Amino acid sequence: MNDPIIKFDKVIKRFGDLTVLDELDFEVGRGEKVSIIGPSGSGKSTVLRILMTLEGIDGGVVTVNGEPLWHEEGPDGLRPASEAHLHKMRTQLGMVFQQFNLFPHMTVLRNITEAPVKVLGLSKAEAKGRAEELLELVGLADQAQKYPHQLSGGQQQRVGIARALAMRPNVLLFDEPTSALDPELVGEVLNVIGRLAEEHDLTMLLVTHEMRFAREISDRVCFFDQGRIREEGTPEELFTDPKEDRTREFLKAVLD
Amino acid sequence: MQLTDYIAPLMQGAWVTVQLTLYSTVLGAMLAFASGIGKLSRNRAINAICVAYIELFRGTSLLVQLFWLYFALPLAGSAMGLDLRLPPVLAGVLALSLNIGAYGAEVVRGAITAVHQDQREAARALNFSERQTLWDIVIPQAIPEMMPPFGNLAVQNLKDTALVSLISLGDLTFRAEQIRNYTQDSTTIYSMLLVMYFGMALVLTVMMRGLERYVTRWRRARS
Repeated sequence: MNDPIIKFDKVIKRFGDLTVLDELDFEVGRGEKVSIIGPSGSGKSTVLRILMTLEGIDGGVVTVNGEPLWHEEGPDGLRPASEAHLHKMRTQLGMVFQQFNLFPHMTVLRNITEAPVKVLGLSKAEAKGRAEELLELVGLADQAQKYPHQLSGGQQQRVGIARALAMRPNVLLFDEPTSALDPELVGEVLNVIGRLAEEHDLTMLLVTHEMRFAREISDRVCFFDQGRIREEGTPEELFTDPKEDRTREFLKAVLD
Repeated sequence: MQLTDYIAPLMQGAWVTVQLTLYSTVLGAMLAFASGIGKLSRNRAINAICVAYIELFRGTSLLVQLFWLYFALPLAGSAMGLDLRLPPVLAGVLALSLNIGAYGAEVVRGAITAVHQDQREAARALNFSERQTLWDIVIPQAIPEMMPPFGNLAVQNLKDTALVSLISLGDLTFRAEQIRNYTQDSTTIYSMLLVMYFGMALVLTVMMRGLERYVTRWRRARS
């Protein structure tokens, strides 16, 4: 892949004695939609959390848009990133959380405008305009003045998506965006994500258990197992003709 | 002297008690916020100052703190050639608010640490600075949790104001003592005193409930 927007180069991540990412090599191209599937504990979410700078790394280098994420160029090579560097790098990334993580004390509108105003320095009117467009996009234009607890889980997650988009990231990370939802609410969220995937050149990285959805929207699917990519390919290749036994077993277990 | 003659001086005293309570609760709340947040600071010096303040004032008696500020501090000051004599009102308000601030600090710290980690992660993902995260995201969610214990502390503070009568500040208890010394009518005086403190505590409790409803109004929004 020439000029990937995200690159993991032999990245190691440990939690105590447990090695979650074991010299992971992984790349995502500009505008690519990549789904990460795999058993729980395989390090899928950790990949997203490292990119969002919620978790540090214990070895290797992560590059975003050609620049190291967790390192800075120093006089004698790479040194650990400062908070200022992380702040700069984070402007390129956005994240949608499994538990939505909306701010409960703010209205839907303010959930979306707060960061653009406070972090990006937009005027209140600009931020409001941007938020209204995004609420339109996720189908919640009439809910702007409500508080998160007044919305269903599916609506809350759609606000979560709008909130992340309001920062205009280049890469949007979805961390099991429908896992906390009641089954009947999954569809509305997947619809929104699917539409984003179709209509925007946003790079999307999606950790999910929704296999059919991953197959529909992804350019590429990666099967994670034990901290590494066991197998990857187009959805067609991976879902209909997996090469590895481990992939086959996993797909059989989740699809049946 | 008749029962109705008691009312005027007692009301005068009650007004002093109300003022003492108000000033020391507001100042105490500010101290509680400053030291509760300071105790969570990663800056070692700030952290140490806050811990020392909290432990010192929780670990000593309010009465001793009051006497120290009013009687000992001026003497210590004159030994160093400084005039550190405090008017009784100032000594009283200072002692009360330093004391309530130390207890309140633990309430503030506890409520801040109880805000779910998910909220900080969401704030970080949206690139808020640590300061913005604290003031915009964490503290507004922590304040509702602080309100019930703050209500208790405020009532506690009201009752503690009775101690300032011992540095001859004319509060409710001081006035009652004066009347009692003059009339020896202990039963009546002390009964009135009980009722008046209880009445003030009741009003304070209602006010704190109102404040609590105000800071939690977002939780009660209905669809």
